Amino acid sequence: MAAAAFYDLDGTLVRTNLVHAFAFSARNQQGILKSITKTIATLSSVPLFMAADFFNRRLFNDIFFVRYKGESEDRLRCLSQELFDTVLKPSIFPGAYELIDKSRQLGLRQVLVTGALDLTVQPLARHLKIDDYVTNRLEFVDGYATGRLLPPVVAAASKASWMRIYAEKEKLNLSDCYSYSDSMSDLPMLSVVGHPTAVNPDLRLRNTALQHDWPILDLR
Amino acid sequence: MRERSPKVLRGPVPRNKEDDQVVYIDGDSAPRILFSGEDLLLEDLPIGTRVIYPKPPIEGLANPGAAIRYALNHPHDSEPLYAQLAPGMRVTIAVDDISLPLPPMTTPDIRQTIIEIVLELLDANGVDDVHIVIANSLHRRLSEAEMKRMVGSKIHDAFYPDRYYNHDAEDPDGIVHLGKTDHGESVNINRRAVESDLVIYVNINLVPMDGGHKSVAVGLCDYESLRPHHEPETIRASDSYMDPKRSMLNTKVERQGALVDRHMNVFHIETALNNRIYAGATAFLSKNEDEFTEIDRLKFEAMRWTLSKMPRGAKRKLFQSIPAQYQMIACHAGKTEPVHEKILQRCWDQYAVHVRGQADVLICPVPFVSPYNVNSILNPILVQVMGLGYFHNFYRGKPILKKGGVLILTHPCYDEFDHNHHPSYIEFFNRLLPETRDAMKLRHKYEEEFAKNPSYIEMYRRGNAYHGAHPFFMWYWGENGRQHVGKVIVAGAENAHVPKILGWERSESLTEAIAMAKSFVGPSPEITMMHHPPIVMADME
Repeated sequence: MAAAAFYDLDGTLVRTNLVHAFAFSARNQQGILKSITKTIATLSSVPLFMAADFFNRRLFNDIFFVRYKGESEDRLRCLSQELFDTVLKPSIFPGAYELIDKSRQLGLRQVLVTGALDLTVQPLARHLKIDDYVTNRLEFVDGYATGRLLPPVVAAASKASWMRIYAEKEKLNLSDCYSYSDSMSDLPMLSVVGHPTAVNPDLRLRNTALQHDWPILDLR
Repeated sequence: MRERSPKVLRGPVPRNKEDDQVVYIDGDSAPRILFSGEDLLLEDLPIGTRVIYPKPPIEGLANPGAAIRYALNHPHDSEPLYAQLAPGMRVTIAVDDISLPLPPMTTPDIRQTIIEIVLELLDANGVDDVHIVIANSLHRRLSEAEMKRMVGSKIHDAFYPDRYYNHDAEDPDGIVHLGKTDHGESVNINRRAVESDLVIYVNINLVPMDGGHKSVAVGLCDYESLRPHHEPETIRASDSYMDPKRSMLNTKVERQGALVDRHMNVFHIETALNNRIYAGATAFLSKNEDEFTEIDRLKFEAMRWTLSKMPRGAKRKLFQSIPAQYQMIACHAGKTEPVHEKILQRCWDQYAVHVRGQADVLICPVPFVSPYNVNSILNPILVQVMGLGYFHNFYRGKPILKKGGVLILTHPCYDEFDHNHHPSYIEFFNRLLPETRDAMKLRHKYEEEFAKNPSYIEMYRRGNAYHGAHPFFMWYWGENGRQHVGKVIVAGAENAHVPKILGWERSESLTEAIAMAKSFVGPSPEITMMHHPPIVMADME
């Protein structure tokens, strides 16, 4: 039976996270004043984002994605390649390439399961030769973001649910699958496969990985 | 205090004289000290028990530097090293990793002394394209601190990290396929070494299994090259793998080594060390307990009391912080085979103790260290490799234990693993062994899965983890022991599940283990205890 390697993205394969991507868009607003205002607002919200993420990834999503409200879809799409070239690509951990290569050599399907936005993930997935990915998607009305995510929101337990459905659809044996993440919020995603690995883990995930005897990998 | 009865000779003492290192327990004998992981036990052994002690250390060479220089200038079957050097040539110095010697020796490590002399020679002959590669094969990468300790800060600072690094068996661009032996065994070797005009291998021969063609053909190879001999059939066919002439493992490695020699110019420097692990305050640990002075007894009691009050991690740290006082007893250089033969002879001179007759019950104390857990934990798989692998194979001629006899190990068998060094061991122990202990089945069903697990590969390459396949090799290492012994009892195991997973029985104490052994082999067994460390090997008659 076939198997896959499921990767979280932010902090696992790349150094950056959702806030970096948003900060890039904030920095590149139409007009310098708008750029400065939005950048300052983003920076000042970082402690709030961190606190929200610490308690609950869904709470973080609710607070964070509303910042996109009013952004033009065209503009975000337009910026996505530049975002990849200037921010994301240099942030890919050197070990990520090797990990994906070795994994592909095993015949595993390469799948990204990330809470990042589809706009930012597309060029990265192409670059890393990822076979499939699931991301969050912004809701747009008349070409402008509403600040809400289209369901299903990819985070925490929903990542594991998506992986189960995906495995069933693609006839994958989850016991033979691998999963990689850096964050405690992805515990369900790690728990659902036969070969979980904590990558560059935060303290909570490191302790959990030690308790479960999971491998701990540092790709930095 | 126990009253000593008059000395009455009992047991098999009157038979033909064995070696001076073979002592029989009588009614007047002192209790014996046994390692049990990070603890020391004091046990009264049954009368008639044969205790085999290591030989006293052979005196070290008075001037190791001079001996090394002499060896470089008077090599076997080869031009002297200086005569092989020319400006502009590319040289790789390959060096044994931290698994040798055990425990790590006091600084300067003998490797440092040799490399300093070699580098002087290279410099004097205008050779400046020099890399130092640690021949760690699928062992873990050494940390920077360990690398520094091994060669000294001067060499480290000059070469690290660009020209002093660990071999990487998983580097897709770093390995070259040299070909296959007549028997179809692949030989893939470190690219830098293959593309060098000269490879100088700096070896330490701790046990007779080390050195020779194993240095390059194993130390600098990849997983595919190891597979033909790191497998259960080869180990079963090795009687023992410490005796190169009767080791299938060695036969296969020699075939690969011959291929290496056809493609590469290897200048081998091999050394033999004495067995002077303990000196000064801990010297009593290598003495016959019957010859203890009151001071020795006091030291031992103080040490045992201190250890009993310390947490295990601290005890481990304490033992690992005491370097061994090894001294070099021989150094030879030149072509691999003649050099190795000379060094092997010195190894056996130090380790071999003449022993007459096999035992029904063999007692082996398991210490805190093995070649695979320097600065780390002796996990259950490594306890297994010490007992059924190394200790069982410490013989020449025939095994110390009779076929179907009982092996008693003393170790707490704690369920502890080092997540950084031994991640694949954890999965091997918890997932595979409960399903099967059959080495053949493990190899065919699971070895490749572990060897190619991307997480384990990255942890080997980027962290300090043993390769994913390594726990399998450790299991195979115990294969001829497993086929030979009738039962393994681990005395003092602190839990039931670890011995059970390993397929062993447990007992609370050594006395209970001996009673259990008697119920298996009969009421009057020949009992033998190997009093190591230091290393002792039986030259069986």
